[in-house]
Amino acid sequence: MSLQFLLDGVIAGSMIGLGAIGVTLTYSILRFSNFAHGDFMAWGAYAALAVVGALGGSTALKPLSFGLPLLVALVVAMALTALLALVLDWLLFARLRARGQSIIVVMASFGASMALRSLLEFIFTSRPTYFSRAIQMATPLGLGIKITADQVALLLLTLVLVVGMHLFMAHSQRGREMRAYSQNPALAKVVGIDVAAVVRATWVIGAALACASGVMVGVLVQIRPLMGLSLLLPMFAAAILGGIGSVRGAVLGGLIIGLSEAAAVQFVGAEWRQAVAFVILMAVLLIRPIGLFGVAER
Amino acid sequence: MIDLLGYGAFFLSTALIFGLIALGLNLQWGLTGLFNVGIAGFVAIGAYSSAILTSPDTPDRIGGFGWPIVAGWLAAALITAGAAAFTGYATLRLKADYLAITTFGVAVVVQLVALNAQGLTGGPFGVAFIPRPFASVQDQAVLFNFANLGVIAVVTLAAYLALERLSRSPWGRVLRALREDERAAIALGKSAQSYRIQAFAVGGAVMGLAGAVQAHFIGFIAPDNYLPTLTFQVWAMLMVGGSGSNRGALLGSIVVWAIWVGSGTVTASLVPQDWQARAASLQIVAIGVMLCLILLWRPQGFFGPRRRQ
Repeated sequence: MSLQFLLDGVIAGSMIGLGAIGVTLTYSILRFSNFAHGDFMAWGAYAALAVVGALGGSTALKPLSFGLPLLVALVVAMALTALLALVLDWLLFARLRARGQSIIVVMASFGASMALRSLLEFIFTSRPTYFSRAIQMATPLGLGIKITADQVALLLLTLVLVVGMHLFMAHSQRGREMRAYSQNPALAKVVGIDVAAVVRATWVIGAALACASGVMVGVLVQIRPLMGLSLLLPMFAAAILGGIGSVRGAVLGGLIIGLSEAAAVQFVGAEWRQAVAFVILMAVLLIRPIGLFGVAER
Repeated sequence: MIDLLGYGAFFLSTALIFGLIALGLNLQWGLTGLFNVGIAGFVAIGAYSSAILTSPDTPDRIGGFGWPIVAGWLAAALITAGAAAFTGYATLRLKADYLAITTFGVAVVVQLVALNAQGLTGGPFGVAFIPRPFASVQDQAVLFNFANLGVIAVVTLAAYLALERLSRSPWGRVLRALREDERAAIALGKSAQSYRIQAFAVGGAVMGLAGAVQAHFIGFIAPDNYLPTLTFQVWAMLMVGGSGSNRGALLGSIVVWAIWVGSGTVTASLVPQDWQARAASLQIVAIGVMLCLILLWRPQGFFGPRRRQ
């Protein structure tokens, strides 16, 4: 039996995990589950595609399928996606948050998600597109596992982003403020934490990581307007499985879901892949609703 | 003229089925404050349940039970209520958002089952030959359309009256109390979780019934009928009409469906062929933006009750 599905699972899991960091931070700091998060992912991927196009295409750095332009595009697209999130917050979410009914904010994110996704379909049509159509040779690693240079590069990128996030949340001043605010908003305000800055940081980080994840999906699979929507349920499931508010939980949850999906594809059938996240979500809600690293609310 | 009348009846039938779904959503959201993002999934459960129980035997699919239509409808309502009750049971003791996330998942999974469990749902080809009410007059289009409109209007009216009564009953008062001030209601000895599960299940039953009525009205169902767009449309209908008001839910459905069909017809005739798909996505953008604008500026909707201060 080929163990290829383990590698596939880890790769899918990293994309889910990167996205789930944003979901978990939005939920623990802004107090709502953002249904538009998947669409940040898709918008990020299309933004990167547009920037690559504007830079005049990509000369690949062999053996990768992409070159420097894509890396530049990734950084620009992360900034653009963060800007999109901030604008959306200013136009919509902040105003509704001020009224204090969190479920209304969820509903607004649902409406925004629909508008954002269909806008992509309007601009780019629903046909899938690619950063590169070149076929990559995969190197055998043994045990039936083969890996491409793109996959190695993007796994390294994920590792850098996740470690960076961890250090930021654990050691930087802003990271500490974000954790403090998520644990006790009232107390955080009393000790003089700049709430507006915490909110901005949450959107910027969540959207930028969603964009990185979207670009990964774009390089390794394909870009299409629905790509974010189809990852939304796995991301929510990963965030809840890891425990709301926990960055390492979100990443671990993402890996568990990615691996389970790959196992389901291997042993059950590819058509049931999307059901895996739901089964895991229900199991977590019924057995351990606070998740792996969650903290029970007082 | 006759054609126009027939079309009018068809339009109103479709709008009233949406209205029925919106009535179910109004019980869940308007009265109880439960956020359901998986409406399409619950409607599909009802539609498939009734279709499977009533349609004739086909070789590749379970079926041939030959139930009468009304029995199929009742079963659809019960089965959907069961699915909704389980969803509520798993999530309602937790945070409000978990219900939203789970219902979203329900819609995804129902769509997968509809597409892939061929032995149960017929897969991508769906279920055909679902018995239609008044099938004997099927070749007289106008008469047939009006007879069906009559059936749908009676079902919708019955659901409307029942829900109006329910919302004025002591049971409905508890739901409102829970929505407005949960702590006070709990202090009066009402179990928040149990009442919410009941409301979610009854709302689900209405959605399932609507799905079944629609399946028998069209005579054919396929997974494509139950995409997330359906959920969006029903939300827009309830928000336009005014959540909390059953009358608003029905009026909102007719208005939004008229706008939807009207804008669809206009774009179909004005927009060149290769831009039609794009124009259709712009229609959805418009609904999404409208939903957000209503939330921002007119959360009570247009036909809803005036909130007493």
